Amino acid sequence: MNYTQSTALEMARAIREGKVTSPELVQAAKARIEDVDGSIRAMTALDWEAAMRRAEEVQARIDRGEDMGRLAGVPMAIKDNICMRGLPAACGSKMLLEFNPPYDATAVDKLQGAGAVIVGHTNMDEFAMGSTTETSFHGATHNPWNLQKTPGGSSGGSAAAVAACELPCALGSDTGGSIRQPAAFCGVTGFKPTYGAVSRYGLIAYASSLDQIGPLARDAADCAAIYDIIHGKDVHDATTVDSVCGALDALDGGICGLRVGVPEEYFAKGLDEDVRARVLETAETLKGLGAQVENFSLGMVKYAVPAYYILACAEASSNLSRFDGIKYGYRADEAEDIVSLMSRSRTEGFGKEVRRRILLGTFVLSSGYYDAYYVKALKVKALIKQAFDAAFAKYDVILSPAAPTTALGIGQSLSDPLKMYLGDIYTVSVNLAGLPAVTFPCGFDRDGMPVGAQLIGPAHGDKTVLRAADAFQRATRFHKMTKGGAL
Amino acid sequence: MKWELVCGLEVHVEMNTRTKIFCGCTTEFGGAPNTHVCPVCTGQPGALPVLNRQVVENAMMTGLALGCDITRLTRFDRKNYFYPDLPKAYQISQLYAPICTKGGIEVTTEEGKKKFIRLHEIHMEEDAGKLVHDPWTESTLCDYNRCGVPLMEIVTEPDFRSAHEVIDFLTKLRSTLQFLGVSDCKMQEGSIRADLNISVRPAGGDKLGTRTEMKNMNSFKAIARAIDTEARRQIETLESGNKVVQETRRWDDNKDASFAMRSKENAQDYRYFPEPDLPPVYIDDAWLDKVRGSLPELADAKRVRYREQYRLTEHDIGILCQSARLCRLLEELVALGTEPKEAANWILSEVLRLCKEAGLDAGDLQLDAGRLAHIIELLTAGKLTRASARQALEAVFADDADVDAFIREKGLLVERDAGAVAAAVDQVLRDNPDAVKKFRTGNEKVYGFLTGQCMKLLRGKADPKDVNAALREALAQ
Repeated sequence: MNYTQSTALEMARAIREGKVTSPELVQAAKARIEDVDGSIRAMTALDWEAAMRRAEEVQARIDRGEDMGRLAGVPMAIKDNICMRGLPAACGSKMLLEFNPPYDATAVDKLQGAGAVIVGHTNMDEFAMGSTTETSFHGATHNPWNLQKTPGGSSGGSAAAVAACELPCALGSDTGGSIRQPAAFCGVTGFKPTYGAVSRYGLIAYASSLDQIGPLARDAADCAAIYDIIHGKDVHDATTVDSVCGALDALDGGICGLRVGVPEEYFAKGLDEDVRARVLETAETLKGLGAQVENFSLGMVKYAVPAYYILACAEASSNLSRFDGIKYGYRADEAEDIVSLMSRSRTEGFGKEVRRRILLGTFVLSSGYYDAYYVKALKVKALIKQAFDAAFAKYDVILSPAAPTTALGIGQSLSDPLKMYLGDIYTVSVNLAGLPAVTFPCGFDRDGMPVGAQLIGPAHGDKTVLRAADAFQRATRFHKMTKGGAL
Repeated sequence: MKWELVCGLEVHVEMNTRTKIFCGCTTEFGGAPNTHVCPVCTGQPGALPVLNRQVVENAMMTGLALGCDITRLTRFDRKNYFYPDLPKAYQISQLYAPICTKGGIEVTTEEGKKKFIRLHEIHMEEDAGKLVHDPWTESTLCDYNRCGVPLMEIVTEPDFRSAHEVIDFLTKLRSTLQFLGVSDCKMQEGSIRADLNISVRPAGGDKLGTRTEMKNMNSFKAIARAIDTEARRQIETLESGNKVVQETRRWDDNKDASFAMRSKENAQDYRYFPEPDLPPVYIDDAWLDKVRGSLPELADAKRVRYREQYRLTEHDIGILCQSARLCRLLEELVALGTEPKEAANWILSEVLRLCKEAGLDAGDLQLDAGRLAHIIELLTAGKLTRASARQALEAVFADDADVDAFIREKGLLVERDAGAVAAAVDQVLRDNPDAVKKFRTGNEKVYGFLTGQCMKLLRGKADPKDVNAALREALAQ
């Protein structure tokens, strides 16, 4: 039997039941990637030798009767900005093309401890700055549903790899929608946990106060299973908190009485008609499952994108300062002194979008502008959080589109960054407020491209949003429609 | 015109915690380059800082000892600048909510008056690495061992009016930090460094003049020289009709002069903002009380106790209380039964002499109090002569010798043999009739010579008191 279209939980169960072995699954993934990734270009680094060794190790332990958990033996990938020893983590940048991390990210450590077999890195927008996975130095990733379209971004490689059935699941990172938007564009399920639920140790930072690692997978159950493994307080990340666990076991399909709020502002002008229709149908489906759906006004919505770009770029300008050509990464040749060594290494090593955001961030933190931009954006962030708090006093979850459109054509948005930034309108507030949110496929547009809906929960409501998405998936088949065949 | 100096300090103190401020690497000084490092302190992509609680407690202790307000919700901020010794290209420091504010230290002016120097704040931050120029390859190399060593920056108000006040302040500050045990305060190893903000103004004025910042002084003497030299330079500049340029200057101790490093126009914009990787630190009552309860006795309290309980002289107290190490030795000796006055004498004469001869800072003294107490005990019991006791101490000081074994080996124990003493006295009197005659005709000076001859015959093993008694008696006959 071919397992490439199975979920991660199905694969792991088949291994436990002796129907297939972990090395066989890794081999199948390798064959599939070799078959289709030439046109998708989701993977940036692969180490099959190490993956096979690891798979055999895990298989041997399972064969000895060891209980390694619910995802043991499953092949998966991680985004190019998550550190793992032995695998170059380039962040899609010329700057880090040959950077070999000397340590493992906590999430990687936990996954490997639970028997997952990490086979490689997935493509991304350079330093996670972008919504299309086109700014990667490795080249653009293509959407498996239509190779002329982008997979979204920045975790476009992870989304495309899952959508093309190269792998059942992958880790991504989400700073302003970078897991949820590509998941929506590629017709897979993407989950951004509550800020602080998953350790960021080993995640190459874009904006530290917003970044969060999370899973992209076939369905909400796989996301829950991965979340259960990677979440938790970490001694290496002071911003982690004790978080809810047992997400997978909480998936009981029951959402009767669940209070669902639908923010009017999220359905205003600028939203694609097909996307609007699919998300409203999603609301109806949830209603049919017993949920109480109600429209409401969220407020502060139009301030989210500007506040997000100020805060994210400010932190990025500082976080990316360490790439100076001194310790690791790209170094310009023949610099005459230290200043030119640093400035030339940075100018040559970073791509255009990264340089744009570093400059923007440097500007808003500059003396004389700090209060007008950074401090004001922090106030907006606090108000947005308040608006969500008020909403969650009335609702258990908030339903919205994942993005105003479906996947854009390759090359379509790079020319107009402002338009690209506005595409983040439904996702960035979630990061500003530190909330959990899941996006999942809820139908297709007129061109057959997947549409994604988003469910947002209150802080530490990770289980709730996953349960609601899972209930929807038990009642629908959109998540089962994969691009598992020829491409 | 009469001018007045106005000076403020920024004192950087390296804390002596076992591990670094944001990772588990050792803070030990030295070590082969880049051996005390990890992903966190070398700024590897994706690595995150985790705050060392001991650093916070050390800063709290210092603040409490200096009468500061402790900030209950203290935060870290990033100070951004590019330099190869700073691997993250930002220093994690505190700007908006430093852990301590206010407080101060009382100093004595040249005129002997008491004066309170106010602190502006104390904040915590990480140290940077070190750049080493390699002339062989014409290249500069980075050593990140020092990266992340915890620092306290103690910032004063511009309250100093003379170098004397500055030195008195630093001496008292160093003593307090040593008594608290939060820093070794070794200037040579850079564990305490002071930057100066210096300006001058017409005496008695209330407006501040343009200031310069002075760096790179590595001794108290250099600090005093730098203040006087810079004040004179500024006065000369102003008196010749020019303006003082706001700039950072570097002190060159060999040239006894300072040189401009960078002016205000080239001043960096550090783009401070709250460190997102570290949540604010909340100091609750329980934590504050615990740290307050753990504060050790400080110099002022010791002074009173040494005077009232130990009955030491002001002179001795003054010297002892400059060094936490000497105070500890004194208190250990007293605890082991040594009479306080005797203990103080031994420390101030013998121990300090040995330190000086060995070129050792008293703070680095490795002397075992038990051994010294034993030597003093033997001396007091008349079992060692003072000279032998000194010799034994030297052996203990040099290589921690076992006192009893050393005395046995060298045959230093006093022998109580009245017959031997009498015989020696007899022989000395017989052999030196001239000296005896001189003594008997009133020349007391030869007495010492005769005692020395007796001790020599006895190979130094007799109690000088016994020899003295026997000699006096024989001469009186």
